[in-house]
Amino acid sequence: MEEYVGLLNYWVVIFLMMTGFYIVIGQRNLIKSIIGLNIFQTSVFLMYITMGKVSGGTAPIIPPERFEAMNHGGHGHGSDLHADHATPHTHAAEHADHAAEHAEHAAEHAAEITNAGATVDPGADGDLIADELIYSNPLPSVLMLTAIVVGIATTALALALIVRIREDYGTIEEDEILELDLADAKRERAESLRRRDEDFASRAAAS
Amino acid sequence: MSQPAWPIAMIVLPMLAAPVLVLVGSRRFSQFGAIAVSWGMFAIASQLLQSVQEQGIIRYHIGGWLPPYGIEYVVDPFSSYVMWFVSFIGAIVVTYAGRSVEDEVAENKQTLFYATYLLCITGLLGMCITGDLFNVFVFLEISSLSSYALISLGKSRRAPLAALQYLIVGTVGATFFLIGIGLLYQMTGTLNMAGLAERLPRESGSRTLIVAFSMMTVGLFVKMAVFPLHTWLPNAYCYAPSAVTAMIAATSTKISIYAFIRLIYTIFTDRFAFDALPLGEELAILALLGIYVASLAAIFQDDVKRLLAYSSVAQIGYMLLGISFNTSDGLAAAQSHLFNHAIIKGGLFMAVGAVVYQTGSCHLDAFRGLSRRMPYTAMAMAIGLLALIGVPATAGFVTKWMLLTSAIESGNLVIAAMMLLSSLLAVVYCWKIVEAMYFAEPMIKPRRLGDAPRSMIVTTGLVIGLAVVLGLWTPWSAGLATQAAEFLTGVR
Repeated sequence: MEEYVGLLNYWVVIFLMMTGFYIVIGQRNLIKSIIGLNIFQTSVFLMYITMGKVSGGTAPIIPPERFEAMNHGGHGHGSDLHADHATPHTHAAEHADHAAEHAEHAAEHAAEITNAGATVDPGADGDLIADELIYSNPLPSVLMLTAIVVGIATTALALALIVRIREDYGTIEEDEILELDLADAKRERAESLRRRDEDFASRAAAS
Repeated sequence: MSQPAWPIAMIVLPMLAAPVLVLVGSRRFSQFGAIAVSWGMFAIASQLLQSVQEQGIIRYHIGGWLPPYGIEYVVDPFSSYVMWFVSFIGAIVVTYAGRSVEDEVAENKQTLFYATYLLCITGLLGMCITGDLFNVFVFLEISSLSSYALISLGKSRRAPLAALQYLIVGTVGATFFLIGIGLLYQMTGTLNMAGLAERLPRESGSRTLIVAFSMMTVGLFVKMAVFPLHTWLPNAYCYAPSAVTAMIAATSTKISIYAFIRLIYTIFTDRFAFDALPLGEELAILALLGIYVASLAAIFQDDVKRLLAYSSVAQIGYMLLGISFNTSDGLAAAQSHLFNHAIIKGGLFMAVGAVVYQTGSCHLDAFRGLSRRMPYTAMAMAIGLLALIGVPATAGFVTKWMLLTSAIESGNLVIAAMMLLSSLLAVVYCWKIVEAMYFAEPMIKPRRLGDAPRSMIVTTGLVIGLAVVLGLWTPWSAGLATQAAEFLTGVR
């Protein structure tokens, strides 16, 4: 049972991926294939985002009140601004590592980690220092921002091409387009044969 | 912290130049701008190649951030060699392109053509230089998107359709690659190639690892046009403007092979790919199938561009064969074939472009009696075809010889024999064109009399001449490729 519930996101990813892939292969309408392509890409976005999520983790931003607490209460060296600013940064970096480790475990023991997640108490108290916060890994989400941009560019280009195809062929059904192309090819072939015949005839006449 | 900026200039220069060309919007300016930038890139690539030879690997950390957090660019013997010839092809083709583009691309799109062309080269070089796996995906998409756009600029109404088919297949392939990257990241928490190589749990036999490797392999196979996944290629090459065909045929599939070799040797290691997984056998089967099926298909084509496109699919098979032997020599053969085939196919498509410019067609009929009407172009074409077959004293012979010896050395006698036999098929389809050019009466009335414009003949002649020079003098092709192969396989 755990395999199904604990890995729910991955099952959704696989479902979307296969749906999208099937639409790309199965649909003969160009617009529908592009929609399939989009679903296919979206499943990958979900996969990345899922693997960056750490159970009980929050967005990798230090909550303002904790930052204040660290600056004034926690360390008590308000005069040395630089050092104080440096502290949260290093913590954040450590946490990024932490999150990556978590992601690593998630690969093999995703089910286990969902259980473990329950034991982590995210927001126990206001004066916790930043160390005890758990952050999700932000990197996969950032990567997906890039991938989304790529996806948009691809879709835009594909739609632009379809507009041109529709202008030239008057249809966006692949079967009909192929029929038109076949007719073209036949005409070209006939043309080439005719040229050959003419050529032959003129040569015969010359000799 | 200052580091020499050459590696990043390689990418930033064309990437920034492209929008400038569009903003200025003048056709002449964009043509000469693109030519200047491309030769500038070639100069940088040569400089990088030289410094790698002298000082060893160059690493550039973007923004001064060290890996694992930052992205690094790595220039090593392999990437510098591939970048060097890709930037050369990019520069020579854009120099050649002027007249051909004026003829084949609508006037209001010519500026965009040059800008997109630069972006395409940016993507290809970026895939070479980067040491970060996600960056490879981004650059792969930059080069692919711009090549879809470039292909769709063709005159025929089938060009947009060919571009769309390529887009759909290509995007599925790139997304497969992305899934593979995701799985690797999930296992290791890093995207840096060197970091991945250190951290991947290869011995564990983890299923995630195998899935990641297969996903990335299949994704790259689509881009390489390996035999069963090659269907996009003939149409794309056939309907694209001639200059685009010359550039894409010479570089884009080669860069995917580069990425594939990187994947095997730098990230997964050859022990994982060839010993733990049966990659060698699979590659050999696909390669041989591809060589035979594509060569046979080429024989029955009447359109010269399409014929050469099928021959490209077959040639990809030879490169994969070289990789499949899993020896340093085999890899060197594959890598020098990358270069030699890029030169040969680039030159051939440039010659075809010259014929299209003069006659308006790339049907075999247009090539009849070409030796009389366009003697220089016909000669370039004939020499290029001989090189494609692998006649001695041409670049094609050098690599076929390297492949053959590495096949025999690694004990694959059957493969060696089949390779030789397959060359006969190449003879058949190349002879078809030579026969039309030299032994047939002209048939189509040309649009323009005489031989092609000088800018086209000189550049084509240069590339084809190089194919002969590289057949006699090999330090640049085979020499650098061997060095790169030794670097990758760790043989010193």
